[in-house]
Amino acid sequence: MIEHLAALQVVIPLLCAPICMLVRYRDWAWIVALFGSWACLVISWLLLQQVIVGDPISYHMGNWAPPLGIEYRVDTVNAFVLLIVSAIGAVVTPYARESVRAEFGVNRVYLFYTSYMLCLCGLLGVTITGDAFNLFVFLEISSLSSYVLIAMGKDRRALTASYQYLVLGTIGATFIVIGIGLLYAETGTLNMEDLAKRLADQPLSRTVGAAFGFLVVGISLKLALFPLHLWLPNAYTYAPSVVSAFLAATATKVAVYVLLRFLFSIFNVKLSFGVMPLDTILLVLSVIAMFAASAVAIFQPDIKRMLAYSSVAQIGYMVLGISFANVNGIAAGIIHLFNHALMKGGMFLALGCVFYQIASVRLDDMAGLGKRMPWTMAAFVVGGLSLIGVPLTVGFVSKWYLVVGALDRGWWFAALLILLSSLLAVVYIWRVVEVAYLKPAPENAGDIEDAPPSMLIPTWILIGASVFFGINTDLTVGVAKQAAMQLLGAGG
Amino acid sequence: MHSYLVLRVVAKLLMPFIMLFGLYVQFHGDFGPGGGFQAGVIFAAGFILYALIFGLKDAGKVLPRGILRFGIALGVLLFAGVGVYDMLVGGKYLDYSVMAQDPVHGQHLGILLVELGVGITVTSVMVMVFFTFARHRQTKGDD
Repeated sequence: MIEHLAALQVVIPLLCAPICMLVRYRDWAWIVALFGSWACLVISWLLLQQVIVGDPISYHMGNWAPPLGIEYRVDTVNAFVLLIVSAIGAVVTPYARESVRAEFGVNRVYLFYTSYMLCLCGLLGVTITGDAFNLFVFLEISSLSSYVLIAMGKDRRALTASYQYLVLGTIGATFIVIGIGLLYAETGTLNMEDLAKRLADQPLSRTVGAAFGFLVVGISLKLALFPLHLWLPNAYTYAPSVVSAFLAATATKVAVYVLLRFLFSIFNVKLSFGVMPLDTILLVLSVIAMFAASAVAIFQPDIKRMLAYSSVAQIGYMVLGISFANVNGIAAGIIHLFNHALMKGGMFLALGCVFYQIASVRLDDMAGLGKRMPWTMAAFVVGGLSLIGVPLTVGFVSKWYLVVGALDRGWWFAALLILLSSLLAVVYIWRVVEVAYLKPAPENAGDIEDAPPSMLIPTWILIGASVFFGINTDLTVGVAKQAAMQLLGAGG
Repeated sequence: MHSYLVLRVVAKLLMPFIMLFGLYVQFHGDFGPGGGFQAGVIFAAGFILYALIFGLKDAGKVLPRGILRFGIALGVLLFAGVGVYDMLVGGKYLDYSVMAQDPVHGQHLGILLVELGVGITVTSVMVMVFFTFARHRQTKGDD
């Protein structure tokens, strides 16, 4: 079975989705989803182990040889992203049982697991495929299922949030498919490796330039790069807690991976950053994202919304790393992709625990929560410290490599801006700490316990990992540097 | 609704032909134009026509929601299951060649089953979408 791992990575969640739908009973559906997500984690771990030491894995779907057939291609870059996505899935699924039971109507629980498995399948598929059109198909699978997941939120505004995301997401997807279509018209191939070869051989034509523009804008919409982030705050705020945590930790990360793949593997560095002035554009937009979104986050009364804006700012850091276009910068982007998935996933899960107990995540309602739910709030604070970039947390590691990347490029002002924007994170995290720990609980607040262990343990696994990988950086930094060199090497 | 005698009779007469044409498009898809998606749409159009003429209640008796839900999942399972079967008997995922004694036979069998899966899911999803919207209007009372 070992040779089929690449296919099974996508096929297992694809099979679990209809099975969840058939079993209908919520606990059985949960068990199927649990099996699916854990199997994915094991597979992605095995794949990463294989590609770290050896050559990239190539799997020919239906035994049709590429470039005509669809190829699944696993190298260090996407093996790492596969691991992130499936690890988050594996942690979120056990958490989902209690949280989903509390936030969903009984009859819709199995539909949640069905869409969740489809979303996981789509995200893994986008990451693993070596075929540009196949990537678009999986992107649509993940997007469509995430619209459904977001719309399942209890708040009626979830529906409009989901609809807004649907409209913008569809525009993004259309741009991407137009870009891929233009590339196909120019080169006559859809296989990524083949595309890269043919594009490198020919001078830049207007078709390729247009394809480049469409792709960059479309992918930027999907990854919520400022100013194309407008769908994100509402979607994350009104989605069910589990969904916010899962999507915040995976969906935008996969989109960042797609951007990396297109900029470096399909187009090359010379085209992306030499002929096209993309480094300046990405630099400016990501710096604005870092500052503007963090500043907006400070004034949010709803903590989920605050974290959503903070996500937009953190995506800024990842894209900033990419804009440096050197090994340390790209490695920093990839490291932050991993680290942000851990900390933001953990913080959204902690908020889910809060919502489970007090049915609100507004700042005013969280007064005195530090004493009433000590474990949950401690998780939130540790996650927050990591978001700020305090040493011994993963946030510090990402920012360290970002600064190194900026200095390598000679953009010392960018290094300064990274440090300055971290101060904004201090402000918005402190607001929560102040209210939760220093304000007394309201008189009429009933006695509440901390969240159940089935929710606290997954939360702490992510938060614990965000400290563990802050101290032991071998895996993340090693793999990210190898991945960055592969990306730059492949491009020229 | 019940007074449109001509519509009811014509729809009843047409129904078998729509279904037959659907089956033709479905199973002739690997030799000529057609396939699971197109056939699924034709089938679904047949059921939707039935629902339009005879009302949702009767259409619901022909295709209960439980069966539709089952069909949606079954089609996907059939498609993905064919791929898994291919893996189990020694080929790559969705490599139909290993499904029968000789590759040509295998390819025929494989694409037939996969397209059947597509057809089942497309039919079920289309009818389900129609039912969902139609019932939504009915429960609001402005039908």
